Amino acid sequence: MALLMQEDTRFGLDRKIRLLGPVRLDSGAEFVPVDIAYETYGALNADKSNAILICHALTGDQYVASTHPMTGKDGWWTRMVGPGKPIDPARHCIISINVMGSCMGSSGPASIDPTTGAAYAMGFPVITIPDMVRAQALLLDHLGIETLEAVVGGSMGGMQALSWAALYPERVKSAVVIASTARHSAQNIAFHEVGRQAIMADPRWNNGAYYGHEAPSSGLAVARMAAHITYLSEAGLTEKFGRRLQNRDAKSFGFDADFQVESYLRYQGLSFVDRFDANSYLYITRAMDYFDLAEPHDGVLAKAFARTKTRFCLISFDSDWLYPTAESRRIVHALNAAGAAVSFVELSSPFGHDAFLLEAPEMNRIVDGFLRAGEQS
Amino acid sequence: MSALRPDLAIIAREVREGARVLDVGCGDGALMAALRDTKNVDARGLELNAHDVATAVSRGLSVIQGDADTDLAEYPDGSFDYAILSQTLQTTKRPDLVLDHLVRIGREAFVSFPNFAQWRIRFAHMFGGRMPVTKQLPHLWYDTPNIHHVTIDDFRSLLHDRNIEIEGQWFLSGNKPRGDRFANLLAQHAVFKLRRK
Repeated sequence: MALLMQEDTRFGLDRKIRLLGPVRLDSGAEFVPVDIAYETYGALNADKSNAILICHALTGDQYVASTHPMTGKDGWWTRMVGPGKPIDPARHCIISINVMGSCMGSSGPASIDPTTGAAYAMGFPVITIPDMVRAQALLLDHLGIETLEAVVGGSMGGMQALSWAALYPERVKSAVVIASTARHSAQNIAFHEVGRQAIMADPRWNNGAYYGHEAPSSGLAVARMAAHITYLSEAGLTEKFGRRLQNRDAKSFGFDADFQVESYLRYQGLSFVDRFDANSYLYITRAMDYFDLAEPHDGVLAKAFARTKTRFCLISFDSDWLYPTAESRRIVHALNAAGAAVSFVELSSPFGHDAFLLEAPEMNRIVDGFLRAGEQS
Repeated sequence: MSALRPDLAIIAREVREGARVLDVGCGDGALMAALRDTKNVDARGLELNAHDVATAVSRGLSVIQGDADTDLAEYPDGSFDYAILSQTLQTTKRPDLVLDHLVRIGREAFVSFPNFAQWRIRFAHMFGGRMPVTKQLPHLWYDTPNIHHVTIDDFRSLLHDRNIEIEGQWFLSGNKPRGDRFANLLAQHAVFKLRRK
């Protein structure tokens, strides 16, 4: 069996598949064909009960625990996923999928539209978080995985985990939702709109038709800078940079990056444009802004989880002002009202929203115990 | 598994097999785990302390970090067979309201608390002239979590005012069960089983 799995080319690192779908989109359109880029780690067991789906955040990708091909950096969640970690390839068959709309191999605005032979650009349909999940479900069908032991995600990954539980309750035994929300708030939408306007104000954006030309990297860098501020806490920024000056003893009385925090943000912006597509940024932020899990249920979030058998574990961080604890609590109350088995804890961290990506032993302890308990039942 | 605290052992003994239980102030989930493992109980917990919640969740229990004073309103009427409040009543801001919620959420409720009228405490108060510090109540007055000390007779009087019926009562001194004769004077701990009239 193990040998057969080794030879099964559906599993392994850096996979890509074109599925005929179609994905029925929330907009009413049907999308076909669907390219899906993904990775798997660890073997599926005989009764196919050990599959764990990892969902990535806005600018994440499928390289959750392997070296990123463009940056050469380690996977983005090696603290959670890997040998000896709560999500362990020795025990789990781990699946990590690049979301639809992204630019790391799954269908997105930079992909070639087979009907025209050119990039979709703004011809790509506007998608939602549930649409991303529907595309992921197609891949699981292709992999022959009916039921997930767990779906796990932070930030936008948590939105996907919630959507998985709402759309396919019978396919999800456990859901881990970290630093996330069941809806985008006015403030969330506002910050994203700043980012989108920065991209669209870059003359090189050219209504999205920049493929083959220079990309709107100035606009995308500014979008990233603005967003990056929302991932950190005020206390974290103060501790890391304070008012310290960057490689100089005095203010320049000009507009160079005098302050360390300016230099840091500029670097974050510049390094981001090398690995991310501006149109993907537009589409994915739009999907997040459209996210409101209660909306199709008359605004009653509990109805999204009616009669669910899925176990839930939610974690928030006290310094996260992007998706603050109150949003997690709102989900917890809805799950309680739906009679779901739910655990929730707010952890303390100075690092704001980004805390879920950083060293957090308590988070690992909780996720490990939660997953193991699900494996026993 | 380590032995349960005596008041929890009484509650664990009395809970029906396979019941649905909400443990308010569940700590690290010792009672919930015992109920799950020995009585196949579907237990849910509420606990204020994040570290305790993490421990309980890592034991595979469903526990929500929250505050009995503010979060019980979220639970529907009769959504549990039992609502349990062990050694927590005296730490709440409004014990009376918490008690109302308990008998609303649970068809039955268990409440346990340290008895502030036990003779050692009376003795310390009377002769020492200071707020008592005992093995059961080891905190100094300025940093105690026990902000609403209660006696067995006070509690009975509150139950009467709130129209709550006593279905069972157990008393402990020195971790050993004792009769209800002079309980208000002699018992260190009390466990009540309650129901809304």
